[in-house]
Amino acid sequence: MFQNIGEMLRLLWRTIKLLPDAWSQRRKVFEQLFEIGNASLLMACILSIFIGGVIALQTGPVLRERGLVAVLGGLVGLSMAKELGPVMMSVLIAGRIGSAMAAEIGSMAAYQEIDALRTMNINPVRFLVLPRVLAICIALPMLVMFSILVGWIGGAMVSSMNHDISVSFESYMNNLRQVVELRDVMNGLFKSLVFAGVIGVVSCHQGLNTIGGPRGIGRSVTKAVVNSIVLILILDYFLTRFLMIFDK
Amino acid sequence: MSQSPQSNGGVGVEVRGLRKSFSGQSVLKGINLSIKPGEILVVMGASGSGKTVLLKHIIGLEEPDAGEILIAGEPISCANVFEKYRFGMVFQSGALLNSMTVAENVGLYLTEHRLGNPAEIARRVKETLSLVDLHNIEGKYPAELSGGMKKRVAIARALIIEPQIMLYDEPTSELDPLSAVTISEEILSLNQRTHVTSVVVTHDRDLAFGVADRIAIIDRGEVLLVGTPEEIRQSANDVIKNFINADFRKDRK
Repeated sequence: MFQNIGEMLRLLWRTIKLLPDAWSQRRKVFEQLFEIGNASLLMACILSIFIGGVIALQTGPVLRERGLVAVLGGLVGLSMAKELGPVMMSVLIAGRIGSAMAAEIGSMAAYQEIDALRTMNINPVRFLVLPRVLAICIALPMLVMFSILVGWIGGAMVSSMNHDISVSFESYMNNLRQVVELRDVMNGLFKSLVFAGVIGVVSCHQGLNTIGGPRGIGRSVTKAVVNSIVLILILDYFLTRFLMIFDK
Repeated sequence: MSQSPQSNGGVGVEVRGLRKSFSGQSVLKGINLSIKPGEILVVMGASGSGKTVLLKHIIGLEEPDAGEILIAGEPISCANVFEKYRFGMVFQSGALLNSMTVAENVGLYLTEHRLGNPAEIARRVKETLSLVDLHNIEGKYPAELSGGMKKRVAIARALIIEPQIMLYDEPTSELDPLSAVTISEEILSLNQRTHVTSVVVTHDRDLAFGVADRIAIIDRGEVLLVGTPEEIRQSANDVIKNFINADFRKDRK
């Protein structure tokens, strides 16, 4: 466990040290970005609209009973921006993209393709890890931004259409604009950047350390997804505590 | 055959007291070997005798528990050995990158080390593929190739590096006899053209006795004998005799 964390931190450090070489890997970064966007955009849209909607659905009637329904826009807005957008998108990406990364690199390790790279004096971290980590660190905050916006709209749709809530689109949005500040959105985007690094490094690390054939690849994929999600949820708490310093 | 790749000629390899264990099981038990520059050394031995592990040590893919590998007198652990000398390896499976086309695979070394513009790399890829008698397959993916073609693409990928040390891991395994002969001829002609130092790990007796300057027989992690093909044939060692004369006949009593 601790050895794994140590190895992952070392991989992260080696990737950061290779950042000046990022331009030479731009083609692979764009390919990965396309892959991530293509695989996740529709799912992100569906997930976010329903998350925004369900928060409004759960909290709206309770707030109405207490005469607080006017703050619904702010409540959904803050929840999506600071917590649910970044965490839910990261969990989605860990499952959808992290697993694909671990499987692809794991299969390369199992079938000696990574050994072949080494014999050509090609650094596997620069060739495989750098473009993937970079792409996910660019794509995830963008997806989270998209998710926050779609989640807000999902909440607005449910608030205005559900008779037990009955908050107009305008008053929902007005309250959201009053309550949610730019720094709340930035807070969520910062979290998503950290989570992206976690997914990228954990998945690539599991892939690179794959041993055995198809079973080994399967194990690496499972570990990549499970470890990424566990780390995201643990880090979420500590990041939230850390970011609360800037809220005061 | 078209123009041959340039090379600075092979360099010598020295293996001294090499030991390696995996999970407490000793695989190499103090291997000593000296490979002369430009020589073809064939390493033979039963399955599990440690041949591939030895090869992986020579190219730096494994770290020894004890002993050392010297490349032209310099320990392989020195940081600049891989910058200074060019290595090529043909893996048993070919180990072509499946997500890349043949041209991208063969040109990978040049692309990643920025040794030419795309047009020049494309030209050299075409030339190198023609050296192994492959034409118009640049756009194909490894999955679309036969076993023999994959092996030849893997040789082309190693060849474009203009290696000074070339390692082959079971280059004729899984091939039909005709393809095996073609690969054997490639190994010989590459050695004659460029004087590359070659280490060939194989079970294939025809390949071994056909291309070797010297043969090393390994048994259970130890070198039993190193000698010319003739010396190996005349060896009185029972293990060696059994290995090189092993035969199967349906009607044998």
